[in-house]
Amino acid sequence: MSDDTRVEAQRKLTRKEQRQIDAKNRLSSPAASVIAILVAILWTTPTAGLLVTSFRQPLDISRSGWWTAVSNPDFSMKAFGEAIAQNPLNFSSSGWLMPFTDPHFSLDNYAEALDTHNLGMSFVNSFIITIPAVIIPIILALLAAYAFAWIDFKGRNILFAFVFSLQVVPIQVTLVPLLGQYTAWHLQNTLWTLWLSHTIFGLPLAIYLLHNFMKEIPRSLIEAARVDGAGHVRVFFQVLLPLLVPAIASFGIFQFLWVWNDLLVSLTFAAAEDAPITRIINEMVGSFGSKWYLLSAGAFISMAVPVVVFLALQRYFVRGLLAGGVKG
Amino acid sequence: MMWLLKPESIPEKLLVMVLAIALFALVMGFVLAVVDRPRLPKWIPVTGYLGPSLLLITFGLLWPGVITIRNSFYDRRGQDFVGLENYAIIFTDSGFLTVLLNTFWWVLLVPSIATALGLVYAVLVDRSRFEKFAKTLIFLPMAISMVGASIIWKFVYEFRDPGVKGTRPQVGLLNQIVVWLGGTPQQWMTNPPLNTFMLIIVMIWIQAGFAMTVLSAAIKAIPDETIEAANVDGATGLRLFFWVTVPSVRPAIIVVLTTIAMGTLKAFDVVKTMTGGNFGTSVIANEFYTQSFGRNGENIGNALAVLLFLIITPIIIYNLRQMRISEGER
Repeated sequence: MSDDTRVEAQRKLTRKEQRQIDAKNRLSSPAASVIAILVAILWTTPTAGLLVTSFRQPLDISRSGWWTAVSNPDFSMKAFGEAIAQNPLNFSSSGWLMPFTDPHFSLDNYAEALDTHNLGMSFVNSFIITIPAVIIPIILALLAAYAFAWIDFKGRNILFAFVFSLQVVPIQVTLVPLLGQYTAWHLQNTLWTLWLSHTIFGLPLAIYLLHNFMKEIPRSLIEAARVDGAGHVRVFFQVLLPLLVPAIASFGIFQFLWVWNDLLVSLTFAAAEDAPITRIINEMVGSFGSKWYLLSAGAFISMAVPVVVFLALQRYFVRGLLAGGVKG
Repeated sequence: MMWLLKPESIPEKLLVMVLAIALFALVMGFVLAVVDRPRLPKWIPVTGYLGPSLLLITFGLLWPGVITIRNSFYDRRGQDFVGLENYAIIFTDSGFLTVLLNTFWWVLLVPSIATALGLVYAVLVDRSRFEKFAKTLIFLPMAISMVGASIIWKFVYEFRDPGVKGTRPQVGLLNQIVVWLGGTPQQWMTNPPLNTFMLIIVMIWIQAGFAMTVLSAAIKAIPDETIEAANVDGATGLRLFFWVTVPSVRPAIIVVLTTIAMGTLKAFDVVKTMTGGNFGTSVIANEFYTQSFGRNGENIGNALAVLLFLIITPIIIYNLRQMRISEGER
């Protein structure tokens, strides 16, 4: 090893070390860590509280807070001391007054919630609404984005700007006229209006995101395929599509979460029997007021799918966020 | 053929769902097969690829937008031109003025507080051992629906009338904390203007994760050299944060602020689920729904939608301009 490289290596090492020291400094700054942990707890507590509640019995929920779910109401340090003094060798819960009791947790609330108000049916409805509303815009947007990215034609930039700028139109602006048109076509209260509407609302973002990813693919790759005599379709399927999987996943998760969690579009267009779970939960708040054993279980049934999708595919979701396109 | 439009059982619905996807795939396959011939003029493949998307966007976004703008100047039946009357009502009626004021508070507070929290949190957990887990915890509310989030918080805000002797236990965490601190339980959801701010907290809870994620990526993109140079100059802790970190991620902060502002303006789920817009908590997006699909009377719904559009457009233009500036700097 020459002196130069040794010096180089040493410098790099120190920089790396410096970084570690920095990180340690930041971590060992106790205030920062404590604040971070406190915020994380603060953020999670509301959800945790409802989750605990969803497993408790209706009577328990109305009589005591969820934070007492596993605590013994009779427990006090004084009583605890007396119990030990009385019976110092009996460790069993019947002997000593313990701070914790056996909680009465069960899945009963979930079973009843699924029965009530057709929550089970609406859960399936959510899938039926969401799956085409994710797949169809991806198919359409892939073609459009391909044309925008890789076919030179007159007015391309203007058209692309037009598509992009339509992202500014709030969905609210479109609902009343669309409903009128669907009614004129006798499509009102069908699933088709939901699929069509969600597809339309997702398209500008889909085209924009996929276009950005396609643009980044080196031109030489595509030209090489062209030279081999590949047409648009072969270029599209053999060269581009495999490279676009992350982009498609990214938009797909966006659209999935958006459609699954949607309330406005389903309230406007869906027939009662096609209502997705978010809408049923929203109705339950109105009709069951504070029946927390039903509401809490229902809320978690509705959250289960998006949370699983989110946790499993978080990487792509974040990538989509950072690609700059966000739909509110 | 009725079942194709109105499937009733779950198997029928699933079948129609598969048919709908297959139909689109077939149309697309047909387009691809037709346009991909050598020596066709270029406009044919371009039309084939772009046509379906442009048609749908025009039908579903552009055309309804134009109709809504037109209708906002007409009465409810869309026949009599009333000029700016619908808008005049919004800006003079005290109920609607409350809606506008509430919307103002939402758009002012949600983006600023969510962004500030997200930024501070991103800095705190940056490069720490539990970074990924800690970020997921904050980010998770983004994945659950606003309806779900509303229920979670409705429970936190639950109020039990303590009665004469104050013996009824509170099951809502917030009121219990108030009791522990020696206070009197509050009806968080029915006391204006307090209730609007309680709802705003829910939206901040949802949006902070988004801010944190984007800003965290921006912080990681700050060159080590910059940090080192600042360290050499003696900047650490808070000074490093305000003199180096914040200026370095300023473009990201603007994007986050404006994106959350847009999302907040359009969102109505939290208000709809938690109070239904009652007790003086309504915002433009919720009032639009109530006016358009609930009551009869003037054509306020359309005017509210246009108003929403008018508020959002400058925010987006500003956002785009900032993005272009920061791209140019790179």
